[in-house]
Amino acid sequence: MFKWLEKNLPKIVMAPAVGLIGWFVYGFVLWTLYISFTNSKILPKYELWGFGQYEKLWASRKWLISVDNLLVFTALFLIFCIVIGIILAIFLDQKIRAEGVLRTIYLYPMALSFIVTGTAWKWILNPTLGIQKMFIDWGFENFTFDWLVNREMAIYTIVIAGVWQSAGFVMALFLAGLRSVEDEIVKAAKIDGAGLFTVYWRILLPMMRPVFFTSFVILVHISIKSYDLIVALTQGGPGISTTMPALFMTQAAFHKSQVGLSAASAMMMFMAVAAVIIPYLYSELRRENAR
Amino acid sequence: MQDNLKSSSYQQLEQKSKYTNMFLRWFLYFVLIIFASYFIFPLYVMVVTSLKTMEEIRQGTLLSWPSGLNFDSWAVAWGGRGYGAGDTFLKPYFWNSIKMVVPAVFFSTFIGAMTGYVLTKWRFKGDSWVFLFLLFGCFIPFQAILLPMARTLGALGISNSIVGLVLVHTVYGIPFTTLFFRNYYVSVPTELVKAARIDGAGFFKIFFKILLPISAPIIVVTIIWQFTQIWNDFLFGSTFSFGEAAPIQVALNNMVLSSTSVKEYNVDMASAIIAGVPTLIVYVLAGKYFIRGLTSGAVKG
Repeated sequence: MFKWLEKNLPKIVMAPAVGLIGWFVYGFVLWTLYISFTNSKILPKYELWGFGQYEKLWASRKWLISVDNLLVFTALFLIFCIVIGIILAIFLDQKIRAEGVLRTIYLYPMALSFIVTGTAWKWILNPTLGIQKMFIDWGFENFTFDWLVNREMAIYTIVIAGVWQSAGFVMALFLAGLRSVEDEIVKAAKIDGAGLFTVYWRILLPMMRPVFFTSFVILVHISIKSYDLIVALTQGGPGISTTMPALFMTQAAFHKSQVGLSAASAMMMFMAVAAVIIPYLYSELRRENAR
Repeated sequence: MQDNLKSSSYQQLEQKSKYTNMFLRWFLYFVLIIFASYFIFPLYVMVVTSLKTMEEIRQGTLLSWPSGLNFDSWAVAWGGRGYGAGDTFLKPYFWNSIKMVVPAVFFSTFIGAMTGYVLTKWRFKGDSWVFLFLLFGCFIPFQAILLPMARTLGALGISNSIVGLVLVHTVYGIPFTTLFFRNYYVSVPTELVKAARIDGAGFFKIFFKILLPISAPIIVVTIIWQFTQIWNDFLFGSTFSFGEAAPIQVALNNMVLSSTSVKEYNVDMASAIIAGVPTLIVYVLAGKYFIRGLTSGAVKG
C-alpha cells in the first residue's frame, strides 16, 4: 500500500489539476455544446432540439452585426498593433538613450484593466468636454469628433483604445525577437554593403516569422474575447452598433433568458478561437519535438 | 596625389553619411517621442482631471493644468460623501478584490508549481498529452463556460460570493501557472533530481530542497501575472457577483455608468486611478518580471 502510494505520488499530485481542468474546462464546454442543441430559454432543458438555435443565431440581425463588428475590429486591431509594434521595436533597437523609460511607457497600458482604460478613453472621447472641446478651445471652431456617439464611427473608438492598450505588447514580443538574433548575421550583412533598411526588411523581419505568428494568434484571441472594453466604452451602443459576440453572449444568457441561443453563440466563439489556436499549438509542439 | 584625392572623397562621403545619420537619429527620437506622448496622454488626462473641480473641467481643456492639488474627488471616490443610500464608493470593493486576489493567486501558483514539477521531473507515459490537455485551458473563450459555471456556483451555494470568485480564478489560472512552471523547470538539469533520488530523497523533499530554492524568479513572474489577471478581471466578476460581493473593476464600472444627477468626471477619473494603481505599482516596480510573464507565455525558449 505504502509502496503503491510512493510510486504513484506524482500522478496523485497531478490529479487535482487534471480533474479541475477536465471538469471546469472540458466538461463545461461539452455542457454548453449540448445546451446549444436544446430549446432552453430561462432554464436549461435537456431534450435535444437540433440546430434550431444556430439557425436562429445566424438569422439574428444583432448577431450578424456582432460578427461584422468583430471582423472590422480584428482587421484594424491586427494591422495597427503589428505595424506600430514593429516600428517601435525596430526604433528602440537602435541603441536609444532612455530605452528603459520609453519601453515602460509603451507597455504600461497592459498592466491596466480594460475597465480602467475604457473609463479614461470614454472621458477623452466624449464630445462635450473631451478632445472635441480641446480643439474648439484652441481655435478650430468647426472641429467635430463625435465618434463615440456616432453609429457609423463608434466601432473605431474601440479600435483606438484597443490598439493603445495592446500595441506595446507586440513591441515587447518583437523586441525580444530582434534581440535574440545573433549580431554576426547583422554584421555580415553590413560588411556586404547592406543598409540598415535592407538589413531589417530583407533579413531580420523575415526571421521574425514565428513572432508574427505568435502576435497574430494572441491578438486575434484578444479581439474575439473582447468584452470589457466594449462594456466600459460604449455598452454596445449607440443602439447596437458596437456589439460584439462576447457581449451578445452574456446579454442573451443573463439578461434575455435565451440560454440556448447564448450557448450557440458561445460555441461559435469557441470554434473561431479553436480555428486559430489548434494550428498554433500544433506547430509549437512540432517545434518543441524537433529540438 | 592619387591617394590624396581618394581620401578626401572618402572624407566627404563620411561627412555626408554623418549628416544623414544625425538626421536619422533625430527622426528616430521624434517618432519615439510622438508615440510616447500618445501612450502617456490618457494617463496624464486621468491624473489632471482627477485633481480638478467640475468648474475647472468645464472651463479648461483636457490638457489644462489643475489650479492646485485638490484631492477631494479622490476622497469621494474612495470613501463616498457620507450620506446613506446610493452613495457608492470604492473602499469596500477594493478590499473585496484583495480578499479575492490573495487566496486565488496563492492556490493557482501552488498547483501550477506542483504540476510543472511533475510534468518535467517525474515524467510518465503520456505526460506531454496531459500538458497539452491543460494548456488548451489557456485559450478557451470563457463565454463557453459561463453558463455551467454560474449553475455550479449556485449548486455549491457560493454564487455571488468572494469564495466563488476565488474558486473560479484558481481553476482558470491553473493552465497559465502550469505553463510557466513547466517551461521553467524544463531547463533545470534532470541529473540533479536523479542524483537526489539515488540518495533516497522523496518526491516532496526533492521539490522543497532542490527546486523550490531556485524557483524565485518564476514564482515572482507567476504571482505578478496572476495578480494582474485576477485584479483586472471583469467578465467573471460581473457575471458571478453583484452588489456587496463585487470586486473593484465591477464597482468601478457601476460607478461610472450610474446615471444619477450630474456626471462627475473628476470622481470617475479618481476611481479609475484607484482601481488601476495596484497593478500599475507592481508593473513599475517589477516590470522585468511582468514582461517576462507576458512574453514567456507566448514566445517559448
